Amino acid sequence: MQNLAVNNLSLALSFVLVLVSLYFGFKEKLGIDKDIIIGVVRAVIQLFVVGYVLKYVIGSNNVILTLAMMTVIVTNAAWNAKKRGKGIPDLFGISLLAIVLSTGVTIGVLVASGSIKFIPQQMVPISGMIASNSMVAIGLCYKNMIATFKDRHQQVLEKLALGATTKLASMDILRDSIKTGMSPTIDSAKTVGLVSLPGMMSGLIFAGVDPVKAIKYQIMVTFMLLSATSIASVISCYFAYKKFYNEKSQLVL
Amino acid sequence: MTEIIKLNNINYTVNDTKILKDINLTINEGDYLTFSGTSGSGKSTLMKLVADMISPTSGEILYRNKNIDDYEATDYRKQVSYCFQQPTLFGETVFDNLAFPFKVREQEPDSELMVQKLKLANLDESFLNQKVIDLSGGQKQRIALLRNLIFTPDVLILDEVTTGLDKTNKNIIHSLVMDLNKNEGITILAITHDQEELDDSRKIIKVEDGRIVEDK
Repeated sequence: MQNLAVNNLSLALSFVLVLVSLYFGFKEKLGIDKDIIIGVVRAVIQLFVVGYVLKYVIGSNNVILTLAMMTVIVTNAAWNAKKRGKGIPDLFGISLLAIVLSTGVTIGVLVASGSIKFIPQQMVPISGMIASNSMVAIGLCYKNMIATFKDRHQQVLEKLALGATTKLASMDILRDSIKTGMSPTIDSAKTVGLVSLPGMMSGLIFAGVDPVKAIKYQIMVTFMLLSATSIASVISCYFAYKKFYNEKSQLVL
Repeated sequence: MTEIIKLNNINYTVNDTKILKDINLTINEGDYLTFSGTSGSGKSTLMKLVADMISPTSGEILYRNKNIDDYEATDYRKQVSYCFQQPTLFGETVFDNLAFPFKVREQEPDSELMVQKLKLANLDESFLNQKVIDLSGGQKQRIALLRNLIFTPDVLILDEVTTGLDKTNKNIIHSLVMDLNKNEGITILAITHDQEELDDSRKIIKVEDGRIVEDK
């Protein structure tokens, strides 16, 4: 831990890196200067707030506080996932259900298998990892579903006209959307260690943990994210496709 | 004559634009009705309403004296079957398309029945494994029509299915539809601009500006 030398001064100096991105944004007239500044300010404030909250939660080692923190993470993830499905009604509830189940089942298995303990310093970061990956997967599912329903509008109508149920008429779209939601996790599982040293493993190595031990945690994370994104993608897609139809099984979106 | 479909005071409005206005129509079992009218007159919307693809803003559609809303949509659409203009084919092969109606009914595909139906449209057995990307426009349209006919419906709705096809394909589809009407008693509702088909029609319904203006 003695090698972790970041302090307020070094952090302030590293702000130069933000200036690099602002320079390119300005020079190339990308029109993203405002977004970069807002992003940086938000990141700094959010991380400081979270840092102090985590310090308190971890220090208190209280089950209710831990669960409250997990609830905030999951709710935020659901709220953000919902935004990707503009035009589809009731997505917050669907996203929340999908993320609660993906996080609950995955953490349940990890705790039951003894891989992690129900203590705040493990529960909070793990649920954050699961919820954020589920959020990305669900967002991709919604985006793909909207685009494919639009592309295959007539095909869906033709299937309905032949007497198909809404589920059968949407089955190809459902499969494609679930695959799209899961593909970043599957791709990163294939390249983990070769292309990137993922966050958890990097963090542990950075903190001086034996790389072999860090790898074991990363393997667990890979399994965990596969399970979480598959649960989240399947649940969100199976609930969301119904929103494209009305109660008379007519395609309305 | 048994009444099969009845439209009572049908109105259909989209974003304050009245597409169909006060439509009343009685269709009897075994009828062959041809709908004509300029593009945008409301013919296709009318057919989509009858096929339960959309619902009227007001009025009611009866099928065998019962409001179509009282049927399971999937059951109704198996009986009142809608065939689209320029259809899309599913999957990779002709088999995938003809197998779909079996899938809808949770039945195993019956290749023999598929071959029988292919013959109705002047297509031989070898077409079953043909890839859909290798089919001509006319062949695609015939396969799409056969998808609606694998299990014989009560009513067949044809939305300009011969538009853009060559004379040979038009004739094959036209005589197949005529046969279905004459020999199997299927009620046909067809939208067409084709003069030959209009000449052969027993009853022409002219739709203009969302209203039935002529019924002869």
